Amino acid sequence: MWKWIQAFASPKNFYQTSAKIIPWFLYPFIALTLVGLYWALIVSPPDYQQGDSVRIMYVHVPAAWMSLFIYIVMAIAGAIGLIWQIKLANIVAKVSAPIGAAFTFLALVTGAVWGKPMWGTWWVWDARLTSELILLFLYLAFISLNNAFDNPKTASKASSVLVIVGLVNIPIIYYSVEWWNSLHQGASIGVNKVSMQIDMFIALMLISFAFKFLYGALVLMRARDEILTTEQNSTWVKKLIMKGEK
Amino acid sequence: MTKRQNRMVLVALLLAGAVLAITLLLQALGSNTNYFYSPTEVAEGKAPIGKTFRLGGLVAKGSVIRKDMMVSFDVTDNKNKFTIEYTGILPDLFREGQGIITTGSLVGETFIATEVLAKHDENYMPPEVADALEKSKK
Repeated sequence: MWKWIQAFASPKNFYQTSAKIIPWFLYPFIALTLVGLYWALIVSPPDYQQGDSVRIMYVHVPAAWMSLFIYIVMAIAGAIGLIWQIKLANIVAKVSAPIGAAFTFLALVTGAVWGKPMWGTWWVWDARLTSELILLFLYLAFISLNNAFDNPKTASKASSVLVIVGLVNIPIIYYSVEWWNSLHQGASIGVNKVSMQIDMFIALMLISFAFKFLYGALVLMRARDEILTTEQNSTWVKKLIMKGEK
Repeated sequence: MTKRQNRMVLVALLLAGAVLAITLLLQALGSNTNYFYSPTEVAEGKAPIGKTFRLGGLVAKGSVIRKDMMVSFDVTDNKNKFTIEYTGILPDLFREGQGIITTGSLVGETFIATEVLAKHDENYMPPEVADALEKSKK
């Protein structure tokens, strides 16, 4: 089992296998996005209070979920990289960071655009908004720290420690609307309650699965690039380039 | 212990340390992390009276009075209520029964607001369903 994992996680093996897996993420992403957009813009009804502005939710909420999800993936990958010293785990954490930062930024921007007409303000310093902004800073700190060292081993060690410490922010973001009075409303979707109409829920789910698949495809593509860069002096990469294969 | 187990313990300690630090920090901050005070909290004297603070609650039904650009209404949490006076543009979601958060200060018994923000809840539904719900209540 252990040997099998190590064999799979070897950069060379991963580079070859991942090429075959990427379409399995890319095509579901395209299909889910098309159906999701149809459901979000045409099938789902306007809200009784917010009218058509509610449709911002179908980008805002999935993007915010991704910002949490990707951070958790990075923290797990960082821990695996620290403990078992698997190169691939460090690469996954490294290439995930800009994707996570982009989703966090998207969640913040769509939130501001939604907040202006509904709440009457672009931004407030309440617990939910502030903790999500801190998440963006954590992503940016991770990226800068990773680039601050010349030695990739030191870089991934330092940034893994950062990402694990920053993990405490995730439950704070999630529970901020319950623990404190905030302008942001509570969660609509919990373990055993969904306080929205079914078509709204379906649209939300379609887009959030589309985002998950997009993330999968992007991570694989970026990890392949990263592997080629870090392994550029190894024989298999040289051979690959000589042959001109993809 | 092998080296790997050693590292495992270190990672666990790192996370535990971070959790402990943040928990203590949040405990120390206490109610300062609340974005607004409820009318009951203000009535109990928990809000900084005499200074600017935020008051949040529901707009009491039938309490909205408009005079030119000035609007006055009551904010309640169904236990206590305060009368708000505000001059300016209200957000689209402002209506009776709606949750709002207002910034201002207490002058006597009246809360003079400089900003009114509308809060919305976690329920989303089409207008027809909202109408049906409203009818079934009556």
